[in-house]
Amino acid sequence: MALTQHDIDQEMAAEREAYEKRLAGGAPVEHHPRRDYAPYRSSVLRHPRQPAVAIDVTKDPEMVELSSPAFGERDLTAIDDDLTRQHPGEPIGERITVSGRVLDREGRPVRGQLVEIWQANSAGRYAHQREQHAAPLDPNFTGTGRTLTDGEGRYRFTTIQPGPYPWRNHENAWRPAHIHFSLFGSAFTQRLVTQMYFPNDPLFPHDPILHSVTDPAARQRLIATYEHGLSVPEFSLGYHWDIVLDGPHATWLEEGR
Amino acid sequence: MTRIDTSGPGRVPPTPSHTVGPFYGYALPFPGGEDVAPLGHPDTVTVHGYVRDGEGAPLPDALIEVWGADPGGRVPRADGSLRRDPASGGYLGRNGVEFTGWGRVQTDADGHWYVRTLRPGARGNSAPYLSVCVFARGLLVHLFTRIYLPGDEAALAADPLLRRLDEERRATLIARDEGAAYRFDIRLQGEGETVFLEYQ
Ligand SMILES: [Fe+3]
Repeated sequence: MALTQHDIDQEMAAEREAYEKRLAGGAPVEHHPRRDYAPYRSSVLRHPRQPAVAIDVTKDPEMVELSSPAFGERDLTAIDDDLTRQHPGEPIGERITVSGRVLDREGRPVRGQLVEIWQANSAGRYAHQREQHAAPLDPNFTGTGRTLTDGEGRYRFTTIQPGPYPWRNHENAWRPAHIHFSLFGSAFTQRLVTQMYFPNDPLFPHDPILHSVTDPAARQRLIATYEHGLSVPEFSLGYHWDIVLDGPHATWLEEGR
Repeated sequence: MTRIDTSGPGRVPPTPSHTVGPFYGYALPFPGGEDVAPLGHPDTVTVHGYVRDGEGAPLPDALIEVWGADPGGRVPRADGSLRRDPASGGYLGRNGVEFTGWGRVQTDADGHWYVRTLRPGARGNSAPYLSVCVFARGLLVHLFTRIYLPGDEAALAADPLLRRLDEERRATLIARDEGAAYRFDIRLQGEGETVFLEYQ
């Protein structure tokens, strides 16, 4: 029998409770999901059972993971950051501007690094052959963008408000609207792939992917803020979303010496 | 709270990771992503393998990134992995001259992937290796591992990571020499589970 939303809600509640118990027992705040989060069914066979082997980067500051691949202007074209202009016609939907800063755990900007995004169109359909959701494709929207952060770590995209979409995790499963982000830091150890959500989405309580982040404050950090000053008159609504990359990097070591 | 306050003295909390999902296909893979080595370079090595889940089934939707030093052990500084044509917006491919050190490849329908890159030189205390980052639908946080190439047994024996592992676990990090290529399978879970790393 197919799992219902009620089944998944109960599993998510149990995971939340288990996390609260861990916290009460003195365990640290969990900023990231656990890889074995069963309410998201695809994780069941795809997470390691053995604990990760810890590498103390201070013992070997030369390790290649403490550096990052380089990206530059020749890796981009002028309209890569404007997903509404990549086809001959205008895509359907509400235009939005998404902007923020990419920072490290010290709050310092990550400069000149690659930010990649992808998303569904306004009807909740991805341009992808494996995507079988019966919502219309938009011939004027592929839903992929790319940019480099500026000298203050800032990025900015113009795109279309993505629609929510159904998926097969359980019966009547719907993903809240989101934009996928891929980020590089100054070290490969800071690599991040994540998703940005929009404020006040009624689907939040039902989504096991969002709730794989069991810490409520950490979950909030995935939700962009509407910012009127970012809205472009007669054109688009503005959302602000800062991104903080985790993981050790070489600058820490230099300062720690 | 999605405006991060950087005025205080302490560390700021990180943005949580999420799965790459199944639909990154138009965004992340790019033509030539797996061909990192400059054309005709004598130190070119091919590494290939399969990505499998806890039941041994291949993953047709995993994304692998490889990052490594050049044969002299230097960190590559060249950009241009995703070089583009300003007229068409399409991909020009790498220029075949500069070595960016970074590759990205999606597994095919059989769960198979390969990269052609330069044999990495040793850095620091470690034996030579390629750093690997694995993404997949179902994987809520990406996984790091390393591909060590066989050959220099003394260097492998002295490697600070490999020394800490028992024989069976250690073997998951060392590619097998097949002559024309090296074989490196990634097992996410279960029998022969790959050693994954966490940097602190
Ligand atoms: Fe999605």
